[in-house]
Amino acid sequence: MYIRAASNISPQNTFGNQPFLQELAEYTGDRLSCIEPDYKALIDPKLIRRMSRIIKMGVAAGMDCLKQAGIQIPDAIITGTAYGCLEDTNTFLSKMVQQNEEALAPTAFIQSTHNTISAQIALLLQCHQYNNTFVNGGASFENALLDAMMLLYEGEASNVLVGGIDEVTANSHAILKRMGLYRSQPVSNFELFNAPGKGTMAGEGSAFFILSKEASGADWAKIDSVSSFYKPRNTAEIKQQISIFLQSQNTNIHEIDLVITGNNGDLKNDAVYGQLQQYDFAGVPAINYKALCGEYPTSSAFAMWLAAHEIKNGTCSFVSESEEIPLKKVLIYNHYQMIHHSLILLSAC
Amino acid sequence: MDKLIADLKEQIIEQLNLQDVKPEDIGDDQPLFGDGLGLDSIDALELIVLLQQKYKVKLSNAEDGPKIFRSVRTIAEFIESNKIPNA
Amino acid sequence: MDQPVFIAGLGVISAIGNTVAQNLLSLEQEKTGIAPIRYLDTEHRDEFPVGEVKLSNDELAELSGFKPGISRTAMLNLIAVREALTDAGIANLAALRTGFVSANTVGGMDKTEDFFRDFLSDNAKGRLRDVVNHECGAVTNLVADQLGIRHYVSTISTACSSSANAIMYGARLIKNHMLDVVIAGGTDALTRFTLNGFNTLMILDKQPCQPFDANRRGLNLGEGAGYVVLVSERIAASLKKELYCTLSGYHNANDAYHQTASSPEGTGSLLAMEGALKRSGLQPANIGYINLHGTGTQNNDSSEGAAISKLFAGHNPKMSSTKAFTGHTLGASGGIEAVFSALAVQRGLVYPNLRFETPIEGFSFTPETRFSSQPAIKHVLSNSFGFGGNCSSLIFSKL
Repeated sequence: MYIRAASNISPQNTFGNQPFLQELAEYTGDRLSCIEPDYKALIDPKLIRRMSRIIKMGVAAGMDCLKQAGIQIPDAIITGTAYGCLEDTNTFLSKMVQQNEEALAPTAFIQSTHNTISAQIALLLQCHQYNNTFVNGGASFENALLDAMMLLYEGEASNVLVGGIDEVTANSHAILKRMGLYRSQPVSNFELFNAPGKGTMAGEGSAFFILSKEASGADWAKIDSVSSFYKPRNTAEIKQQISIFLQSQNTNIHEIDLVITGNNGDLKNDAVYGQLQQYDFAGVPAINYKALCGEYPTSSAFAMWLAAHEIKNGTCSFVSESEEIPLKKVLIYNHYQMIHHSLILLSAC
Repeated sequence: MDKLIADLKEQIIEQLNLQDVKPEDIGDDQPLFGDGLGLDSIDALELIVLLQQKYKVKLSNAEDGPKIFRSVRTIAEFIESNKIPNA
Repeated sequence: MDQPVFIAGLGVISAIGNTVAQNLLSLEQEKTGIAPIRYLDTEHRDEFPVGEVKLSNDELAELSGFKPGISRTAMLNLIAVREALTDAGIANLAALRTGFVSANTVGGMDKTEDFFRDFLSDNAKGRLRDVVNHECGAVTNLVADQLGIRHYVSTISTACSSSANAIMYGARLIKNHMLDVVIAGGTDALTRFTLNGFNTLMILDKQPCQPFDANRRGLNLGEGAGYVVLVSERIAASLKKELYCTLSGYHNANDAYHQTASSPEGTGSLLAMEGALKRSGLQPANIGYINLHGTGTQNNDSSEGAAISKLFAGHNPKMSSTKAFTGHTLGASGGIEAVFSALAVQRGLVYPNLRFETPIEGFSFTPETRFSSQPAIKHVLSNSFGFGGNCSSLIFSKL
């Protein structure tokens, strides 16, 4: 199965005709926010007026991805989002409380539905095909990916649009900060790993992909497999899951040219990555990505965009020793809050 | 009435987030739904809330919507005829 | 690839009962669960009748074994899943590749509402434990942890078709040889958020709803949870109990007409039903009973009815909407109605469409008004349609 196109709205300059991560955006504080394009060029202004920020980010990345692939109507649209349309939820909930359940307007309620993004894309395209949305915390994108891959395998689809989207809002940030997810002292995302501590930086993003059954000749990468596992009891179980995953793809860690891990600068969170890098992944070039996009439940969609881009370019731009080694296989390992863990394996076409 | 119509146009644009539409673009008798301004059933519900909040006029049956929301003028007439007289 | 998927266990809690047996008895006795609001703390208490589960949060905590203070969505979820698993009687569940694919639309919203009362006045206020399980996925995790299911845990949310899609996804995980057993379905508690939300759409009936009636006025919201235990052929053969049926067909399609309204001709629902029939290899004439989506709104029933009239012209099966009993349970409806459908096909039952009086003009069919035994029924179709044009149909077939 092939990644035919990818589109990514993120806290970096990743959307549209941008050179690949040339000038990185720096954020100081505890939060990275998406650099948003001019949506008017991408979405019919008549339809845009009801869309909140996350819906615009989702629809724009999805439509752009289709355009890049030259596909008018995909055979399925599948999204993953842990929190859904938070701003709309917040708007309706706040007014409901403040106005004591009186004189409420419908738009925010309607748009707060978790499948709004996949539905809006279907509506814009007049796409009557399969449409699904996973809301499964840190495995939302991975579940969407698995659904897409099964559809291709089952012969139900040739081209599937699949995406991972989550947003940060003022209130969600305030609440998650109180729960201790983010740094209490401001930090630069460039320095996140130089000064590990308690908490990370909040992030968000919208990354979409076209997965195709057949090669087009211009694909970014092949997607070999995706797997997610839930609340492993200990590191040994994580190691076991990784080795079973690689075995199932008839490969092993020595054949992996690059590992992308989900380190986020929080000591507790990153402990498992450290252990793996010291032993299991030892000798394999490794990079992490959350300094670019921040921490959020569907950040693995950003990681997959990064991996696909690196494979398309042929070499990893972030690891000096791999400059001469063509990237053939890239493994992504991420976990969100130690609840859902996931593995994605990509390879060169 | 003219003042009410002018106010309504601004409020409609704001409530429905009609980007790039200016009050002068909306004719007093221009159809708001269908081919006119292109509003739909969700907008009708938004307008019901607008009337309730700004004009304390309550429309309890959604089915009356199409008649009342035909144009800005018909909305204004509905408000005028349903206003609670000042005590 | 195309191995059959069997239904080995059922669990349900709704306005008409806390167990499968209680639900079935209410259906048989034609006893509705729609009543004035008793438990939900809302300003609209005396305005709209609803299909509440007839237990307080404390009673639900006791029944479920959750500590009080957990979202009602999770408590309903656990009760129904536990019943389904006990019913399936799979002895070595831990040794099998067992998945939990659960749907909901509100997550822990009932607790978030409490949190927001304090939080909005001061964002340092509000008890964090009330908002920690806000996400839909967090509710699934709470239940998975109680049951010790870790192999595959997933959550789907596509508005009112959510749990039909969860069942479909679960069946495909088995067909693709990824799992042996999947507990699939959905849960949703009644919340102020959804009650007020549907009120802004002006589609709530102030009286008990009348699905598929010419004089229908809207829907009644409900709450509950419904789950089926799906098993592979290999597991089915190892069980020493009678299986309910197979899940022989399923399909999801999109209406792509409007964010909330269904197309007048029912494009999406027609595609969903046609797709499910095609997968099961059946003709419309093979369907003995349709459990309608039948919310009771003008728009849904005319759209669904148009699609049914077209697809089943000339050989209308018996049909009814059980939402007149349970209310519209949103993310749980596809799961609850899957349980009702599995029982219908196994036992040859047709449920009444309560309060039906006047046929809708132009439709070639009228819903059933009495509970009846119909031993000839071999296949049952269940429809679930949601916001965003999300349309799903499932087909349950006799063994």
